[in-house]
Amino acid sequence: MLIRLNPSSGVPIYLQIVEQIRHSIEIGALVEGDQLPAIRTLAEELVVSPNTVVKAYDELEQEGLIRLRHGAGAYVEKGNRAKPRLRRFREASVVVKETVRKLRSMGFSDDESRRLFEAEWIEEAARR
Amino acid sequence: MKAAVETRDLTKRFGNSYALAGLTMTVPRGHIVGFLGRNGSGKTTTIKILLDVIRRTSGEATVLGEPAGSVSVRRRIGFLGEDKRLYSYMTVREIIAFTRPFFPTWRVETETRLLSDFELPLNHKVSVLSKGMRTKLGLLLNLCRHSEFLILDEPSEGLDPVMTEQMLRSLVQQAADGTTIFFSSHQVAEVEQIADHIIAIEKGRVILEGSLDHLRHEFRRVNLVFDDPPPPEAFRREGVDRVIVQGRTISILASRNIDEIAALGPLLGAKAVDVHSVGLKELFLEKVKEDHATS
Repeated sequence: MLIRLNPSSGVPIYLQIVEQIRHSIEIGALVEGDQLPAIRTLAEELVVSPNTVVKAYDELEQEGLIRLRHGAGAYVEKGNRAKPRLRRFREASVVVKETVRKLRSMGFSDDESRRLFEAEWIEEAARR
Repeated sequence: MKAAVETRDLTKRFGNSYALAGLTMTVPRGHIVGFLGRNGSGKTTTIKILLDVIRRTSGEATVLGEPAGSVSVRRRIGFLGEDKRLYSYMTVREIIAFTRPFFPTWRVETETRLLSDFELPLNHKVSVLSKGMRTKLGLLLNLCRHSEFLILDEPSEGLDPVMTEQMLRSLVQQAADGTTIFFSSHQVAEVEQIADHIIAIEKGRVILEGSLDHLRHEFRRVNLVFDDPPPPEAFRREGVDRVIVQGRTISILASRNIDEIAALGPLLGAKAVDVHSVGLKELFLEKVKEDHATS
């Protein structure tokens, strides 16, 4: 499993781990029954606090994506909701691809587009 | 369970100046805690008081629930200092063999593993080791003890990037075995990478304290662009740390009411709203500036 962290991005490290494992499951790089690295192993590999890995695994378990078996490690959950999501994920990625292409053709840099997205979500959240 | 360290209104005066000016902090157990501060901010002074190497001027300090410096507590903690003083006439092999019997909790597996991880030359005298090698040897002597609580003062000082990574990885291994780790540093990047809790100090006082994830969740920078910027006071509210006007842009650092601030922008005529997450470096620099502005 390949996880790349950016500690200075301001995004909590446990969330970066959660997002990348979730993404691996959604694109099929991890399939049901696959074993995830032990907490200690992943912490050592990424050189992050073991608490951070614990937090990430807890979050993934709550989402129903993995199952933690006490003393036996973490496994990608059988029949997890990633499967039906896999198709919807592909559909969504088509929408995103089109939007990104459109923004580029309008002359926006990727960084500008990203900021536009973020501003939109924040404004959306503020309206609610 | 009692915290690993608790201090209240700790002060230390050297002559006419205060190295510590009312330091109140809590180091929680079971965490890797980064103690961040500039050179001369009071990190080493704090650590020396916790170890009872120097006396505090006033205030309270407990370590593992006992008064700082009591003999029974000193047995339970490991310490790697800035100067890494070691017996220079011994070889690496000799100093390890000499240190081992002092500690009943010494683990030979850890010794074997770290000797190979750290690539220490067993037959070299300590006096000829580089600074980095000396740090790694000092670290090995501490880590093999598996103490409950390990304090390190600037452990990465003088280490190259590869050695720093090895050092940090060995701290992660130790934390996985249940040791609470408290390390001082002025390197934001390494603190941000392995710490899950941080305490930042400036001029002998705490300016930022808490779970790093929590701080990352909390703080946002909101940039608002106006044709005609309103006065910065318009954004003063709870949770707003700093408001900076730069030309047409008003930049707001806030830990609460982010949505409210972002929504207020357009109401006051902002034509663009950007919300950014804030890294520890930026947060630390802002907090230092805020401290200088208010003091």
